[in-house]
Amino acid sequence: MSKTSRTSITMPSTAKKGSIIEIRAIAQHDMESGFRYTESGKLIPRDIIHVFTCSYNNVEIFKADFFSGIGANPLIIFTTIATETGTLEFKWVGDDGYEAINQARITVS
Amino acid sequence: MKTNMNFLPRMHRRDWLRSIQKLGFIALGSWFSPSLVFAKKEDADEAIKKITGGAMIKDGRVTLVIPPLVENGNLVVLTVSVDSPMTANDYVKVIHVVAEGNPYPNIFAAYLSPRSGTANITTRVRLADSQRVLAIVQMSDGSFWQGSAETFVTLSACTEMV
Amino acid sequence: MKQQIYRFFLASCFLLIADSSTLAASALPTQQKQSSYELMSPENRVMQDDPSLNPAMFWVSEGESLWNVKSGEKRVACSSCHGDAKKSMRGVATQFPKVIQGKLQTLEGQINQCRVARQGAPVLPYENKELLSLTVFVANQSKGMTISIKETATNKADLEKGRRWFNERMGQLNLSCAQCHEDRAGLKLGGSSIPQGHPNAYPIYRLEWQTLGSLQRRLRNCMSGVRAQQFEYGSPEMAQLELFLMWRANGLPIETPGVRP
Repeated sequence: MSKTSRTSITMPSTAKKGSIIEIRAIAQHDMESGFRYTESGKLIPRDIIHVFTCSYNNVEIFKADFFSGIGANPLIIFTTIATETGTLEFKWVGDDGYEAINQARITVS
Repeated sequence: MKTNMNFLPRMHRRDWLRSIQKLGFIALGSWFSPSLVFAKKEDADEAIKKITGGAMIKDGRVTLVIPPLVENGNLVVLTVSVDSPMTANDYVKVIHVVAEGNPYPNIFAAYLSPRSGTANITTRVRLADSQRVLAIVQMSDGSFWQGSAETFVTLSACTEMV
Repeated sequence: MKQQIYRFFLASCFLLIADSSTLAASALPTQQKQSSYELMSPENRVMQDDPSLNPAMFWVSEGESLWNVKSGEKRVACSSCHGDAKKSMRGVATQFPKVIQGKLQTLEGQINQCRVARQGAPVLPYENKELLSLTVFVANQSKGMTISIKETATNKADLEKGRRWFNERMGQLNLSCAQCHEDRAGLKLGGSSIPQGHPNAYPIYRLEWQTLGSLQRRLRNCMSGVRAQQFEYGSPEMAQLELFLMWRANGLPIETPGVRP
């Protein structure tokens, strides 16, 4: 069973070689913590995104493990060095077969 | 001009908040059993021990920023920045963030490299209660550094739960 | 939970001791009107203002997609009649709720009316993801524009009912909307400032809900806050109260989609 959702990437589309660029990655996801209860007292099971990775021309340049304490619709802002023109791929993997992928191109001169 | 509801005249509101917080902590202890309140900090200490393997943690180089007063703990902006040249010989390997007052202490772990450029991470976290949050950072030379911040978490008005 | 009981106790004591007379609320002069945006922390304001940080933008994108989907038995899309929403829906949210064909309609109500009559599609319940997406997408087309509800012969009776709901005490705590949001706006309740309670940012991403929700959901929260019988979603009372709140907010700009604690 595979499920997915919308994601959004904000980063520059062009950069000077060697400069540091900021990347904002956000996914639409409730991040059900596993610590909440229904009104009738039943525990709602954990259902979160637990890992986010970013690859730059197929080389992993960033990874983050998320736990229940990350807020809904998880946002992460990080930086990387603009080394070469190419494609950055972003992947979110979570409980219950969740997976989302997004991409962005950058031109480095 | 907006007027503030002050119970103690001429006491600055923030100082009043702080004394209420201290009173509240004692009051809070009477709502929960002391073992429950302190268990969360123990869990946090254990989580940190798992991260460091018991190695010494130095204070400094790590700045953790969260708002000192939070109107709703469901989504709190948190920024960690580490003083590091981020070169091949001297860079931040992992940033761990741990909460002392959440039901599960680990919040996230970010894995960096010399390609990261900076060791600045921003995310949005859940804080179950007023508490201290810590960032434990592992450097490329194997050393551990930490920074922390405390915050006072209040509740929104008029929620669904009565 | 315990903190809430403490706060309500505070509120009731304060309001019982304090002067509880409330004149029928006439509109605040526009210069004195304040969006609850002004009461938020800098971090939450940035979250609202920056589309790359505002979680509600996902619902706006979803609404934009749905706008173009042929649905219902008649296989008709919103765009089939209304074309480009950026043009046709511009300014619409500043005029709702509105009396249409003899019925006071909220924006959600009108969307449903269109679905049933034009698309042959079923009514969507309040807080349904699709309805929220369409509503926030339509309201977003009026972002920055000024709320302008005129009192007319057709809406006069509903507006008067709405004014009554706003000023009447309700619930076990026996408080009216006006007592907090007119008389005590700007004062503190627990750790939070009491806002004037304008509906200019709806639908909002409420941090408390951890999702996007409608004005009616928020109003039901208010009512549960004073332990009152909540108005039903989509009821005439809700529409009347919405109408009065929008009229009371005349002059404020639409902020949709807002972020609120």
